[in-house]
This record gives sequence, structure tokens and C-alpha cells, in this order.
Amino acid sequence: MAEFLQQFVNGLAVGGIYALIALGYTMVYGVLKLINFAHGDLFTIGAYLGLTLLTSFGLADRVGPGVAVLLLVVMVMGFVAVIGIILERVAYRPLRNSPRLSAVVSALGASIFFQNAVMLIYGARFRVYPQNLLPKISLNLLGIYIPLVKILVLVVCVIMMVGLYLFIQRTTIGTAIRAAAIDQEAARLVGINVDGVITLVFIIGPALGGLAGLMVGILYGQIKFTMGWIYGLKAFTAAILGGIGNIPGAMLGGLILGVVEALGSAYISIAWKDAIAFCVLILILVVKPTGLLGERVAEKV
Amino acid sequence: MALLSVQRLTKSFGGLLAVHNVSFDVFSGEIVGIIGPNGAGKTTVFNLITGIYKPDQGEIVFDQHSIVGKAPHDIVKLGIARTFQTIRLFSNLSVLENVMAGAHCRMSSGVLGAMLRLPGQRREEREKIEEAMELLGLVGLQDFYDYLAGSLSYGNQRLLEIARALATHPRLLILDEPAGGMNERETEELIKLIGKIRDKGVTVLLIEHDMNVVMKICERIVVLEYGSTIAEGTPEEIQSNPRVIEAYLGTDEDE
Repeated sequence: MAEFLQQFVNGLAVGGIYALIALGYTMVYGVLKLINFAHGDLFTIGAYLGLTLLTSFGLADRVGPGVAVLLLVVMVMGFVAVIGIILERVAYRPLRNSPRLSAVVSALGASIFFQNAVMLIYGARFRVYPQNLLPKISLNLLGIYIPLVKILVLVVCVIMMVGLYLFIQRTTIGTAIRAAAIDQEAARLVGINVDGVITLVFIIGPALGGLAGLMVGILYGQIKFTMGWIYGLKAFTAAILGGIGNIPGAMLGGLILGVVEALGSAYISIAWKDAIAFCVLILILVVKPTGLLGERVAEKV
Repeated sequence: MALLSVQRLTKSFGGLLAVHNVSFDVFSGEIVGIIGPNGAGKTTVFNLITGIYKPDQGEIVFDQHSIVGKAPHDIVKLGIARTFQTIRLFSNLSVLENVMAGAHCRMSSGVLGAMLRLPGQRREEREKIEEAMELLGLVGLQDFYDYLAGSLSYGNQRLLEIARALATHPRLLILDEPAGGMNERETEELIKLIGKIRDKGVTVLLIEHDMNVVMKICERIVVLEYGSTIAEGTPEEIQSNPRVIEAYLGTDEDE
């Protein structure tokens, strides 16, 4: 039982990270009907930016670990959001009225560009996060040990998800985003600045993706320029699992995928971790292609 | 001075001349109808005014500003709102949320204010919700505010489109076949509603096939055929205009 709980909590922490990334995929898809394949690389950029701030900039030594983490979160989210805005302007906006495949190709191109840019700047080897950032304490709960950092990751993920959910559901701007996702032309004709909505989506999604990258760096301690690929793919799976275009679906899908993966690698084999995740993808596509919470049938990309 | 002045508007799609040299004025406080057989270019004129299409030639002046080439959401901000011939509600949103989507363009607080739930932003949001409920009351949908828009009856969906358009605070409201699909009782209510909207100071321009509606509420009527204006005048003048009768009923020679 303790083993199960331990793995369950591990899964929740990873799942929270998947969910944060998945939100970026699902929001962009919701408004533009485009899979932003460069999203995983924005996640990588977030991780490397955190590294730079911590090592070259020595953020933790200057302001102390507590403030440093807070500053890291704000700066990484802000910087990656700016990259997200530029990405949309350069790679997607000029292709808004082109066939959808052109935008997908452009997304793949942007992904290759970002990945290689990160490699050129930081090198192709694993890079290591400073290990003294957070105190290495574990909490003993119900007979299982949970490291503080995992709890923090989970708490941040939950805060972000709940915050985003309330923002989308409860504010008029959130209503405008949902309206633009349903019918762009009608949204324009009731006075909604759809380009503004798209820019906003490319601020929120990349900011959350970059934050996820930062948290992976802090949680696992090592990062690589190709890490965006597998995390991106997992998060994409999570978005499909929950129903692409559906924001609570992305959150649910991420958490479920994280837990299934953690339990699978504990009880079956850790070597099967990725295979288990993608089996989930295949299964959901066969059984319920619209995802757990999705209503609309996903269109062909 | 006309509130809306359409001058020599021309638009073609490929080889098809959809609108040719159409001119008319709408004065503040009027209810003006555009009628004409199917394919006469009525909806195209609306799409040109609201910025969905750019005219090939001609000028559209609203409140002394040219609006040709402006983005649709900027035109809404200037004070022109519309409804659609084929209903285009945000069907997965609630009735109230649909109206709020229209109110969004009149909100002054920004994204940051909404994210941080600043007090000013919250107050504005509350005021907008109250205003939206009043608009739903005006069209008679206040009891359905938390229903999904897609679950409303056809006639009520048309009314919701009107409420959503009014939420943008228009000075000119453009209605594209508002009585389409409504039964007789609903149509009577609609006629009353359009009168009420005009009494609130909103000028109304409408396309309608139901001649009963057009003749009852419009003070002036513009008749289009094959993309051109063939007549303009009061309902009485239009009803006795030989060219209009010809366009609608065909000429004697056809028999």
C-alpha cells in the first residue's frame, strides 16, 4: 500500500508537469485548430533559462533560495511568453489563411530551430541544475516519504491550473477566449479582437510550458536540449486523453497520464514507461477519439 | 447628416457582380429595411458594412468616419453591431456568457486586472453582468440565463443574438432576417422589441423576407435586385412602385 501511495504521489507530480504543458497545446488548438509542435521546445527553453539564471547569474546566492525560486518562476514565465508571442508572429500569423498543413510544417520547422538554437548556446550534453536550491527535506505522510520539492511542484501546478480555470471560466476575457475558440468570425463581429485573443493564448501557453521546464530542472536536476521532444509528446498525449481543445481535459489528462505512467513503471517495468504512456494514447484514440471530456470530434490536422 | 452613408458600393466575387453601385443613407433614429429577391446582394451589403468583405469600390461613412478597410472588431467599437441570417451563437457557452462576449469590447480593465482580480476589474465585471441581465430581460430571456445557448428554441436564439449585439452598445444595429424561422406570435413580439430598441436610441437597419414585418416597422425601405438599388422610399411608395412589383412578381409579359 505504501509503495502504491508513493508511486501515486510521484505520478501526480509528473502528471502536474504534463498538465501544464498540455494546457499550451490545448489552448492553441482550441483557438487556432493548430498543434503547436514547437511547444515542447518552449518547455526546454524554460528549463535552460532557469539554469542560466541560477548558474551564470547566481540568483540563489544574491537573493536567497526562497525569493530566488519566486523570481525564477516570474522571469522564466515572462521570458518564454515573449518567445511565444514572437513564435506566433513569425511562424503562424503569416500562414493564418494558408492551408492548415503549411502551419503544421511551420510548427515543425520552429521546433527544429529552437532545439538547435538551444544546442548551439548550451551544448549538446546534459546540464545540471544547482542542487542546493531547495532544502532536501522529505515529509513523512501515512508512511511514505515525499520530498519537499515534489510537494512544491504539485502545489505550483495546482495553483496554476485552478487559476487558469477560474480566469477562463469566470472573467469576461476568459469568455472572449472561449467565444473566439467556438467561432472566430462571429467573435470578431461582436467586437472581440481575435488577434488579441490569439496573442494572449500564446502568452499563457508558453508561460506555463516554460514554468514546467523550470520545474523539471529543479525536480530532476538535469536537463538536455532534446528533452522537449519526449515531454512535448507526453503532454500532447495528455491533451488528447482529456479531449484536445478542452482546458479541464488537459489538466485531467496530464494527471491521469502521470499516475498511470508511474504505477506502470513501478509494477510492470520502468523500461516500459514511455510505451505505457503511448499505449494510453492508442487506447484513447481507439475507444474514445474525442478524449475523456471532449465533445467535438478532433479535426484532421 | 446621415448616421450611415453607403456610397456607390461595388463588390464582385470572381465574375459575379454581387453588389453594384449601391447607395443609401440611414439617419439617426430610423428603422430602415433592405428587401429584395434571393441573391440580390442584401447580406453582401451587410458584410461590407461590418468589415467582413472589403468593397472593390465605393465608400461607407459611419458617423462621419470612413470605415472601409477597418477590422470587424474595430467597426463594432465604433458602434455598429449585427446579427446573422444563419444563427451564429457560441452554442457551448451559456446564454449569459454569450451576452458577456458582446460586452467584452466595452470593458476597460485589461488582462492583468482580470488575472489578479483587481477590485476595479471585479466591479466592472459585476456591472457588466447586471447590464447583460437587463438586456436579457429586454428580449425576454432572463429566465434562461444559465442555459446553453445551443439548447434554446430557434426563435429564442434569434433574440439572444439581438441581446448579444446590443451588449456592444451599438448606435446602429443591423439585423439579418430577424424573423426568419419565427412563428406568428414570436414575430409580433419581435416587432415590438425592435420598436423598443429604437426607442432606446439605437438606429436599426434590417433585412427581412417577411413583408408583414417590413411594412409594419420600417420607415424607409431600400429595394435591391441583382446587386443594384431599384427603389427607395416609404412602405406605401414601395408597395405601389411598379419596378418593385415587377421584381417580386415578374412582369405581365412573362405570363
